[in-house]
Amino acid sequence: MSNALSGIEALRKSAPGRDALSAWTPRLVIAPGAIASLVYVFGFTLWTLYISMSNSTMLPTYRFIGLKPYFDLWSNHRWQIAYGNLFYFSAFYVVLTLAVGLALAIAIDQRVRGEAIWRTIFLYPLAISFVVTGTVWSWLYSPDAGIEYFVRGLGWHDFTFRLTTNRNTAIYAIIATGIWQASGFAMALFLAGLRSVDPDLVKAAQIDGASPARIYRKVILPLIAPIFVAVAVVLLQFAIKTFDLVVALTQGGPGIATTFPANYVYDLMFQRGEMAVGAAAAIMMLLALAVVLAPYALWTGWRSRQAAARG
Amino acid sequence: MATLTISGLHKRFGTVEVLRGIDLEARTGEFVALVGPSGCGKSTLLAMIAGLESVSEGEIRIDGRLVNSVAPKDRDIAMVFQSYALYPTMTARQNMTFGMESRGVPKAEQEAAIKRVAALLQIEPLLNRKPGQLSGGQRQRVAMGRALVRDPKLFLFDEPLSNLDAKLRVDMRTEIKKLHLRVGKTTIYVTHDQIEAMTLASRIAVMHQGSIQQFDEPQVVYDHPANIFVAGFMGSPSMNFIPGELTKVDGHPAVAIALAGGETAMLPLPQPPQSRPANGKVVLGVRPEHLFRYDPNLKSQKAGLAMLTAPVEVVEPTGAETHAVLKVGEREIVGRFDPDGAPRLGELLPLGIDMAHACLFDPDTQALIRQGSA
Ligand SMILES: Nc1ncnc2c1ncn2[C@@H]1O[C@H](COP(=O)(O)OP(=O)(O)OP(=O)(O)O)[C@@H](O)[C@H]1O
Ligand SMILES: [Mg+2]
Repeated sequence: MSNALSGIEALRKSAPGRDALSAWTPRLVIAPGAIASLVYVFGFTLWTLYISMSNSTMLPTYRFIGLKPYFDLWSNHRWQIAYGNLFYFSAFYVVLTLAVGLALAIAIDQRVRGEAIWRTIFLYPLAISFVVTGTVWSWLYSPDAGIEYFVRGLGWHDFTFRLTTNRNTAIYAIIATGIWQASGFAMALFLAGLRSVDPDLVKAAQIDGASPARIYRKVILPLIAPIFVAVAVVLLQFAIKTFDLVVALTQGGPGIATTFPANYVYDLMFQRGEMAVGAAAAIMMLLALAVVLAPYALWTGWRSRQAAARG
Repeated sequence: MATLTISGLHKRFGTVEVLRGIDLEARTGEFVALVGPSGCGKSTLLAMIAGLESVSEGEIRIDGRLVNSVAPKDRDIAMVFQSYALYPTMTARQNMTFGMESRGVPKAEQEAAIKRVAALLQIEPLLNRKPGQLSGGQRQRVAMGRALVRDPKLFLFDEPLSNLDAKLRVDMRTEIKKLHLRVGKTTIYVTHDQIEAMTLASRIAVMHQGSIQQFDEPQVVYDHPANIFVAGFMGSPSMNFIPGELTKVDGHPAVAIALAGGETAMLPLPQPPQSRPANGKVVLGVRPEHLFRYDPNLKSQKAGLAMLTAPVEVVEPTGAETHAVLKVGEREIVGRFDPDGAPRLGELLPLGIDMAHACLFDPDTQALIRQGSA
């Protein structure tokens, strides 16, 4: 009797301990990662924000001078071009990559022969680093070695193809290269989405007398709309962080025509020793990202609440 | 109004033959049920009628017109899918108008059709909801509505009730029956629920392994199953099969079956079999409702009774009736009994068999051995 009681007693004592342990284990496990991202992401973001309002030059100093670096930044012609390029590039890059990726996905979705091979071919560019991509495409664009040289070799002697040497067209060279690299990624996600659509829906639409184009437009694409948004957000991040592609492809030229914010930040911080202005530029890039991501976060939150409400 | 005629239909996926020579016909306004176990090819057959699967061999005719290579939209059919296949991003109303819009039906006509069908199916309050906001039964109604807004020649249903709970299924079954009486369209209805088939259909096609085993009116399929498969598939609990041998008792035909302990029971046949397997071996098929507690007073009233004793192994009351598992020889057979006077566990039951309704099968060909006309 007393034995049994003490057994229960022991259970009772150990139970809270075990509860606490099982409650704390997950927290302990994610703690290192959480702390690291807290320090590196939020800590350094705040630090950069502070530096962007200091009088730092070569090395960080901590004298607060307010928004002056921002005024300096925005009065600089090169920064204005860089920020303009960013919007121009992002718009074309995202829209066209989505379009090309979707077209590829729909083409492959027609149960083509050797589907796995096509998928791999289109997905490969994503596995190649931006620097390699940029270098290879800079050769392709080069008059002495690339497409122009090749076509002239075939006999069209006055064929010209010099996107990267013209300050008005160089940005399109970057856009085209970016699309080449990322459309496979968009295709893979779209294809997964297309494949997840219940085939009965397509059959029902066929019986309903809808043409293939109408079936895609009205039935299938609305279903994979969330994938569009997700892919667009990822692509926008790529766009805002564009750096190595430009370095390898045009070095920001001709002149300053293809300077991007990231290139300019690098220049200011590490070449010219204007750390405060560089930090201000970095904060402006963060702002651009926030403009993209905040609505997305709100939208996904709204959607999941909507889904929860529906049950 | 429309007829459907299918002859010599084959379907192969690569080297796998899924349908092996289907012949089927639906008369104008008829309700034909396709039943069969999972994987027997019912959905494939329906998809071929709809034009969603190509024909490997054979002919499909709607109203006499060969439609083998006609696109689904030009076959003038409507289909209700097992998964309902409602377009998730559209409201119930848009689901129903999608087909009419694709065909360029004027707006006013669309409105009229929606009004008519919504009233018929009582889904007016649901029209502005999306499928995700509907219950299973409501989705089912909308799916039917989508088929009904048009005026097709042929209705195709692929297990429309299999996703509903038992009670709703019975309700919807009645609704579909009423609907068919009202609309009167030629209908092909796939189900693997034989009760659904019995209650709804004017004729039932029983499929097994890609061919039709029997195609006839429900009561004929039930009373005179063409073979052992059909006999076992139709009816629940299913028919009991007891191996036996044809003999004669006092010059009258009978079946001898083995009982426990080396004994044999002689079961007299009211009519002589029309044919006789070479070695005289047969399979006796008895439905559970043709077993009863033997009462000596009954013998004088009913012809074709057989009697034997069987130990009771399991008793399962279901409320309206009691099922009992009995041991006959090496076999276990199931009987349906009135709850009053139902067998008790462990009892040695004096078992009566209504031989007038029993079936005989050839164990080699599995086919029914017809009995002489009553
Ligand atoms: N595209 C396909 N390729 C190869 N085999 C297929 C294909 N579609 C169906 N089958 C095969 O055809 C057979 C019949 O399939 P079907 O879907 O017609 O069965 P069913 O009678 O409708 O079964 P259930 O009651 O489970 O719905 C199955 O054995 C299935 O594996
Ligand atoms: Mg099926």
